[in-house]
Amino acid sequence: MIVVFAENINGNFKKSTLEAVSYAANLAQSNSTSCVAVVLGNTDDSKNAELGKYGADKVVSIKSDKLNEFRAESYATAIASVASQQNATIIVLSNTSSGKSISGRIAAKLNAGVVSGVVSLPNTSNGFVVRKTVFSGKAFADVNITTPIKILAITPNTFDVKEFGKTASVENVEVTFNEKDFATTIENVSRVTGKISLTEAELVVSGGRGMKGPENWGIIEELASVLGAATACSKPVSDMDWRPHSEHVGQTGITIKPNLYIAIGISGAIQHLAGVSSSKVIVAINKDPEAPFFKAADYGIVGDAFDVLPKILEAAKKLKSATA
Amino acid sequence: MKILVCISNVPDTTAKVSFNDNNTKFNSAGVQFIINPYDEVALTKALEIAEQNAGSTVTVINVGLSDAEPSIRKALAIGANDAVRINAEPIDAFFVAEQIAKYAKDNGFDLIFTGRESIDYNGGLVGNIVAEMLEMPSINLITSIQIDSNNATMERDIDGGKEKLSCALPLVVSAQQELAEPRIPNMRGIMAARTKPLTVIEPSTVNASTPTINFELPKPKAGVKLIPAEQAEQLIDLLHNEARVI
Ligand SMILES: Cc1cc2nc3c(=O)[nH]c(=O)nc-3n(C[C@H](O)[C@H](O)[C@H](O)COP(=O)(O)OP(=O)(O)OC[C@H]3O[C@@H](n4cnc5c(N)ncnc54)[C@H](O)[C@@H]3O)c2cc1C
Ligand SMILES: Nc1ncnc2c1ncn2[C@@H]1O[C@H](COP(=O)(O)O)[C@@H](O)[C@H]1O
Repeated sequence: MIVVFAENINGNFKKSTLEAVSYAANLAQSNSTSCVAVVLGNTDDSKNAELGKYGADKVVSIKSDKLNEFRAESYATAIASVASQQNATIIVLSNTSSGKSISGRIAAKLNAGVVSGVVSLPNTSNGFVVRKTVFSGKAFADVNITTPIKILAITPNTFDVKEFGKTASVENVEVTFNEKDFATTIENVSRVTGKISLTEAELVVSGGRGMKGPENWGIIEELASVLGAATACSKPVSDMDWRPHSEHVGQTGITIKPNLYIAIGISGAIQHLAGVSSSKVIVAINKDPEAPFFKAADYGIVGDAFDVLPKILEAAKKLKSATA
Repeated sequence: MKILVCISNVPDTTAKVSFNDNNTKFNSAGVQFIINPYDEVALTKALEIAEQNAGSTVTVINVGLSDAEPSIRKALAIGANDAVRINAEPIDAFFVAEQIAKYAKDNGFDLIFTGRESIDYNGGLVGNIVAEMLEMPSINLITSIQIDSNNATMERDIDGGKEKLSCALPLVVSAQQELAEPRIPNMRGIMAARTKPLTVIEPSTVNASTPTINFELPKPKAGVKLIPAEQAEQLIDLLHNEARVI
């Protein structure tokens, strides 16, 4: 059995969750077994059943007020116990902030080998080998998982959401928790709504020190909004508080893997590239023809951002109104 | 309060990554190694907490061979009271966590820090495995922490936002970049570090559950296609019709 953690936020499934479900369903198919999705918290079963569309054969729902709040401890207990009940041999999660904090705990509970940041399906011709990114995107490692139970935390934006068109049955189960699983008190959660989260974004528009100051970010935000992209920035930009730290990408910031990364006024230092080099298509806009970013880019414009951006914005608006 | 900070010894962020022995080993020739940047942040925060709570100690622990000692000495120079090195090649996250958990269990700590992830292996796993082994809560990606007698109040990054939470000690936390501004060791610290205790302990045996069998470098890009600045609007057309990403 393949068990996949289907993370929800207020009952809704994010794209990264659907990617994980499709990945798990794919594995289930090639192993001639079924795919069970675990949903935690008070959710709507008709919505849960929709996971069948993305490949789940069954949804196991554990409903409890306490699970509406995320705690690594209780989530790990819940997922590990479903995995044991279902005799899971493979557990799949998305390597999001929450996925990251639970995969290690489940591994310790089940004595399972765990690999995070997975970017391939397993190769089982000689062992059980998966590929992960290492050195902050500067290389890949092929890792062999030797334990009977295997945990894979897959990189968001790496695998397609596939339509399997199944109908999933939903089963409500109960799990025994330990008092310690609820030791933390969540005092307040604030999520930016209406904004595309950087790790999940397919398109990202990013600015560096070449933008000169926070007052010049209007055009970046406008371009991002026209394209439906998230905004990001280089480290010095967030260090100077021109932009929030949550937008800082690179080796010491967030690692992203969008389909399109547009870097404006960013030099392309190795630490910056480390966090963005896995992007499918990279555009560099820089007034210095020698900027290292051009070596990592697919498209480049040598020019002053303040001259170039209005032209791009105009064209983007035209395209969007033509395709709308 | 007893604080433990887990530090990983990693290639400098500017290091050129290459491999040898048939792509099975990182080629460390000419590469400088540093304290993992997030672990340095964690260490700084640990020292700040220790300074605010009289009688506290900060111990750093590394699972690594003797080549990690310059980084360990640097941690002592920054201000850690003592250091422990578990004398083993860090084969995978589970192995490293097992060694750290055993030491922590034997010595009892109120607060254990790790970094968000190591910049070489990018696992983000060690702290959570340690926490589970010690049956402690683990809070990932903290951006602030305040200790009030036996209680910690923290902020952490979540997908698309922030969360404020609190928890009684003992606790395992992982440091996000903005948790603290790393300290630079001063001359006095460097002198003092020479005589601070660095204990070397032999590892307990654990089998690797996820050995790396080989590495590969990403394929180089085909080369950049330049668009004249005067015709910058062409970019949108190329992204739409050629690259097909918008
Ligand atoms: C341990 C460590 C970790 C680090 N981690 C990160 C990280 O995670 N992320 C990160 O981003 N950096 C990181 N850095 C910093 C990194 O080394 C660079 O300093 C940083 O990325 C540079 O940011 P920048 O390109 O915005 O600024 P700069 O290097 O100042 O580059 C600005 C660029 O803008 C161009 N420019 C100026 N004016 C214009 C204009 N009008 N139009 C167009 N172009 C213009 C310039 O030609 C230049 O190329 C790290 C450094 C260290 C030591
Ligand atoms: N060999 C090691 N010795 C001590 N601590 C480590 C070691 N490897 C990783 N860690 C800690 O665990 C964190 C996460 O590492 P990783 O799981 O490798 O991404 C790091 O930031 C360190 O705090």
